[in-house]
Amino acid sequence: MDQSFIAASIPLYIKAAGLTLNLAFWGVLLSLFVGAVCAVIGYFRIPVLCRIMQVYIELSRNTPLLIQLFFLYYGFAKIGIKFEAYTCAIGGLAFLGGSYMAEALRAGIESVGKIQIESGLSIGLTRWQLMRYIVLPQALAVAVPAIAANVIFLLKETSVVSAIALADLMFVAKDLIGMYYRTSEALLLLVGAYLILLLPLSLFFRYLERRLRNVGLGN
Amino acid sequence: MKETEKILLEVHKLKKNYGNKEILHGIDFSVHRGEVVVLLGPSGCGKSTFLRCLNGLEEIQSGSILLDGSIISDGKAEWYAIRQKIGMVFQSYDLFPHMTVIENILLGPLKAQKRKKNEVEKQAAELLERVGLLDRKDDYPAQLSGGQKQRVAIVRALCMNPEIMLFDEVTASLDPEMVREVLDVMKELAQQGMTMLIVTHEMNFARSVADRIVFIDEGCIVEESEPEQFFTAPQTERAQRFLDIFSYEN
Ligand SMILES: Nc1ncnc2c1ncn2[C@@H]1O[C@H](COP(=O)(O)OP(=O)(O)OP(=O)(O)O)[C@@H](O)[C@H]1O
Ligand SMILES: [Mg+2]
Repeated sequence: MDQSFIAASIPLYIKAAGLTLNLAFWGVLLSLFVGAVCAVIGYFRIPVLCRIMQVYIELSRNTPLLIQLFFLYYGFAKIGIKFEAYTCAIGGLAFLGGSYMAEALRAGIESVGKIQIESGLSIGLTRWQLMRYIVLPQALAVAVPAIAANVIFLLKETSVVSAIALADLMFVAKDLIGMYYRTSEALLLLVGAYLILLLPLSLFFRYLERRLRNVGLGN
Repeated sequence: MKETEKILLEVHKLKKNYGNKEILHGIDFSVHRGEVVVLLGPSGCGKSTFLRCLNGLEEIQSGSILLDGSIISDGKAEWYAIRQKIGMVFQSYDLFPHMTVIENILLGPLKAQKRKKNEVEKQAAELLERVGLLDRKDDYPAQLSGGQKQRVAIVRALCMNPEIMLFDEVTASLDPEMVREVLDVMKELAQQGMTMLIVTHEMNFARSVADRIVFIDEGCIVEESEPEQFFTAPQTERAQRFLDIFSYEN
């Protein structure tokens, strides 16, 4: 191990970690948005949109992120629509994550019993009020573990964007290996960097789940 | 029956199917303002289904429902407003688990009825006091016993100032020692003149609280009479058979 090499590389990793986090943040946020839209479409059984959503979900779940990214980046460029790599990366993450979030939210919504909905109706709430005050709060509590797993999954998936030349953690590690052949140092730093990002997040989610369970929600 | 008083709820030839099986075969029925009607009948005869139709939770296939003289059209939109006038309490504990007792009670009046917060809070406190649960107002449902939950559910419905209350076997899943506290609340309500439609298997309670007993069997009203008459000398053989099943209670 070359310690001076490691020391010199750390700033590069920190900068790259910033991009990784940035991509994960926007990817997760957009995924949640796409997922929530899908969940609402499913809940209200909106005719045409339901069909479109099913096609989207199958496409999203059954193709690898790498292919989705290539499609956005090179595919669209072929027909003259050019997106920046950064836009493609976030779009790809949202496309992939959206269906996973939709599934988590759908399961959460379905866990809210029929009697809850009928009680809400019987005190005169409208469908939207029901969704907002009764269904969503309970659904979210139930969905937290699945959403948390998706957040971690998406953060890890960001490593794929190096394929469209974005300088995330994975890219920096590959770059260093390519230039200096310091494979073990570069990989060690890479593993370390992901752990530093992911461990606190995992611990936080575990704490959150325990809190929610203590309140006795979702049963 | 208090014939002189005004009819509050009226049902004409109500038919209800599940799939292609007809459950209610053209029910004609009415409740006067201030009247307490108890619906009795064997399991599966359609009591719950009937109550659910009256609250728009089930679509009906034909017939009509009138509240205060005006027809409720079967359009969904109208039911949202009508339900504010019809309180309903179910058998299973149906409080919202993510809200405290007081939040459960305030939700309908504040969001559906858009009433003023301080006015509703005052009313909620009075109602909770009456059922002996004011000190539990900031607890979550999970912290309450079954009987306490049902009393809160009754208060939640009452706080909407409904014209009529529907009760569907609200004591059926309670431990015996808690049945009493819930029935007492219902009895007090009845004495205060609330219009009530009650489905129950508590025969002694039915006898003491009802102005009228309606006996349903296989989706039809088979017999209607005053409680004393119904329990001592039922007019139909089906009612007699139904009462025999419960006779060990007395
Ligand atoms: N959602 C449903 N789909 C199909 N059939 C149903 C449904 N709900 C009830 N039924 C049927 O309708 C009939 C009447 O049911 P209902 O629940 O109204 O009876 P009930 O008089 O309330 O009985 P209980 O005393 O057991 O509560 C029963 O035969 C039941 O099997
Ligand atoms: Mg029933």
